[in-house]
Amino acid sequence: MNVAATVGTPFQRAPFLKLLLRKGSTWAALAFIAALVLAAVLAPWVVAHDPLRGGNDALLAPLAAGHWLGTDDLGRDVWARVVFGARISLTIGIASALFAVVVGVVIGALAGYFGGWIDALLMRVAEFFQTLPRFVVALIVIALFGTSVLKMIVVIAALSWPQLARVVRASVATLAQSQFVDAARVAGMGHAAIIAREILPNAAAPIIVLGSLDIAMAILIEASLSFFGLGDANHVSWGAMLNDAQQYLRSAWWMSVFPGLAIALTVLAFNLLGDALNDALNPRGAAR
Amino acid sequence: MTAFILRRLLHAVPLLLAVVVLNFLLIAFTPGDPITLLVGDFPAPPEYLAQMRREYGLDQPLWVQLLRYLGKVAVGDFGFSFANQQPVAALIFDRLGATLELTLTALLFASVVGIAFGVIAARSASARRHGVADSVIQGASSAGYAVPDFWLGQILILVFAIGLGWLPSQGNAPVRGSAPGWAGWVAHLPYLVLPAFALSLRYLTLITRITRAAMLEVMGADYILAARARGASEWTVLVVHALRNAAAPVLAVIGYNVGFVLAGSALIEAVFAWPGIGRLLFESISKRDYPVMLAILLMVSATVVIANLVTDIVHRMIDPRIERA
Amino acid sequence: MTATLLDIRKLSVDIARGRRALRVVNDVSLTVEPGEAVGLVGESGSGKSMTAFAVMNLFPSPLARVAAGQVVLNGQDLTSLPADALRRVRGAQVGMVFQDPTSYLDPLMPVGRQIAEPLRAHGRTDGIDARVLELLDLMELPQAVAVARKYPHELSGGMRQRILIAAALAMKPALLIADEPTTALDVTVQAGILKLLTKLRRELQLGILLITHDLAVVAETCQRVNVMYAGQIIEADAVGPLFKAPRHPYTQGLLASILSPASRAHSLFSIPGGVPIAGQWPSGCRFHPRCPIARPGVCDVLAPELVARGSGADRCHLGGEAVAADAWRTEARSGTRP
Repeated sequence: MNVAATVGTPFQRAPFLKLLLRKGSTWAALAFIAALVLAAVLAPWVVAHDPLRGGNDALLAPLAAGHWLGTDDLGRDVWARVVFGARISLTIGIASALFAVVVGVVIGALAGYFGGWIDALLMRVAEFFQTLPRFVVALIVIALFGTSVLKMIVVIAALSWPQLARVVRASVATLAQSQFVDAARVAGMGHAAIIAREILPNAAAPIIVLGSLDIAMAILIEASLSFFGLGDANHVSWGAMLNDAQQYLRSAWWMSVFPGLAIALTVLAFNLLGDALNDALNPRGAAR
Repeated sequence: MTAFILRRLLHAVPLLLAVVVLNFLLIAFTPGDPITLLVGDFPAPPEYLAQMRREYGLDQPLWVQLLRYLGKVAVGDFGFSFANQQPVAALIFDRLGATLELTLTALLFASVVGIAFGVIAARSASARRHGVADSVIQGASSAGYAVPDFWLGQILILVFAIGLGWLPSQGNAPVRGSAPGWAGWVAHLPYLVLPAFALSLRYLTLITRITRAAMLEVMGADYILAARARGASEWTVLVVHALRNAAAPVLAVIGYNVGFVLAGSALIEAVFAWPGIGRLLFESISKRDYPVMLAILLMVSATVVIANLVTDIVHRMIDPRIERA
Repeated sequence: MTATLLDIRKLSVDIARGRRALRVVNDVSLTVEPGEAVGLVGESGSGKSMTAFAVMNLFPSPLARVAAGQVVLNGQDLTSLPADALRRVRGAQVGMVFQDPTSYLDPLMPVGRQIAEPLRAHGRTDGIDARVLELLDLMELPQAVAVARKYPHELSGGMRQRILIAAALAMKPALLIADEPTTALDVTVQAGILKLLTKLRRELQLGILLITHDLAVVAETCQRVNVMYAGQIIEADAVGPLFKAPRHPYTQGLLASILSPASRAHSLFSIPGGVPIAGQWPSGCRFHPRCPIARPGVCDVLAPELVARGSGADRCHLGGEAVAADAWRTEARSGTRP
């Protein structure tokens, strides 16, 4: 990941949008995410059935009357559950990525700016968190402490911040040496102001890229946790739907295909977005 | 070189220690009485509970408890699983073989195929601006990386086990019991195919990506041109020169992402009812069998730390230029 | 009368730039006889390196390709050969050494193996080690056995260049192409390499095409020289006559900008202006904006042809005229010369 070492935030460079939207796949990814967010927000109006309430029509195949994606083993409409599942995925995905960014930026900035023992200590801590296998730890912590949307967000964020912190630290450490920072210091700016106003905007590029990729990873972890039965039972989750589907593979393939497709497409969209942002914000590295 | 190894070992020890301490803290701070935690949801006589309290020194200050825990871990005593009525260590040991078989197969498959695809993609990208093979492989990699491995497992079962009936979908051996020796081993291979593939896919896409990137960087190098100027064949150029120089970052990615595969095995073993540690984890979570869960966490974390250590060392060994650190 | 070793006929090289193609080498023709060293001189951007890469059809960028012309080596047209036939020519009939020996050697392979590479690539199976040692001796490298086992980073710059030359000559090719072989080396080491090349030329009857921007190198090593500017050859001659009486104003300017002891007291001379960017060449004669004797109406409109004059040829409308013989004289006078 190249550090955008030139002065001036990457967004100010004119061709940013043009570079971002260069590939057709980026358009598709953005469109998909927009549609997903819209569907999630407007969920009750987009679906015809209550996702939590089953009926007598269990295990209906897709294209059945009134249930275009079929129903599950308890008679619940699959389309409704897929749409409502987006709410949890997006909420947890975006919230935990945001949380991780905040923590990562703060720790990384402190480590990079002050250096010395602060740097060494913080980076050791980051390394420790990074070593822990994310999913297994999340699994066990949730299993021990109980599950809820908030807890999942916290746990996932706690496992994602180290990578961000390291990247931020590298950027900040480099930028802290530059002349405009010296100028700011001479002008009497305090440490916090320097970090917030002078350094961070220039280090924004890798943060944004990693943020997008972290959303994708968070959605995958949430789905995995729910698959293991550790999701929040009050909410519809794609992962939990796949857990249900496990017993009915022989009789109801649609219980597995549609929620899984939803996860795959969402993760793909955020990954593509992250890649496109990387290309747009680091044009030098994007030659191939 | 030995100095480097020693330094890395020294570096790894506090990490391992921290992992064990983390484990301990999880036990200590989980809501609820720690003893009930260790016993789980199983009925136990009050005298036993009192004895356990004394044994675990719960009346002692926290740091004493920590030391006792460290002592137990050091001798391999991970407690007792009430759900399975067995010492945890024995339980894990029983299932270890199956998981090793699954993960090592996935690792090997992903590495070999991933590197091959990466080389093909790089070759295609450098030969002409928008090589077809390159675009296809890159697209497939992006898509493959986004697919959750457990869902892939289900899809594979739907297509190959249920739809086509070619391969079995559950377990790692025929239900009727397998023949001993060689025949038995061969008979159980079909069971390995689907789970190993599902487990390896995301890892494979990572390896393809890094191989392609590393190869592209290397293939633009001057010594590649010089080798061609000497009449070297395409194979020599690609493998003997380019791949060897690109090996370092590729091996780094392979090694540092072992945790990835280990984590994935939990999900895959659940989907395919593969009798390994991952499935044990799944069961222990649904049964709230805490000693087993924590022991597995410890084991997996320790494995990752060791894998990272080994990767560091191998990485250094590969490049003769960085001999003197 | 021995047959010409290398005959480049009207060679043009294009680089793809989006939809268009940039012609960076334009209609270049030159020859190399067996046992003769021919220089190809020009500043960066003149297209000289591209000409060299075109001989083996081996360009650093996948965007470059031979667009027109022929490269005839020992009577065989290389441009019409299929890929595997061309591979058999590379390293066997023609060898190439490059500018920076550090980056042109595989850092992870002992140098002995790299010298042996052309031998193995062309099917030779025994006597490889002996040949490698023989080559190292030829390159005047002491302790050949120890050197063969070393990695490139363990050797000095001059030694690495000798390794490259050894590898290029392993299969006893008749032609050696040397692209700026001494540019990346220290001045003291340069002389050694050039002496080595001259010795090899004499002992092995080796034909050398030497590409360089440094006229002094040409003076020391070559018998004939071609001067390139903006993708074209603008003057060609035997070395002696060219240095004594250069005809093209560009060549004269190049020679004048080499400091000689006599000019130490004078101000530095350099040709005003800069080399045109590829694709944005001036109309008519490509040198005319910088030329002191450019004649309006002729030089900025009509592209001059290469015309044989005396012992060589040059590409100038005013070729035969008296003013062309010392085009910069008035320029020199307008400077501060005591």
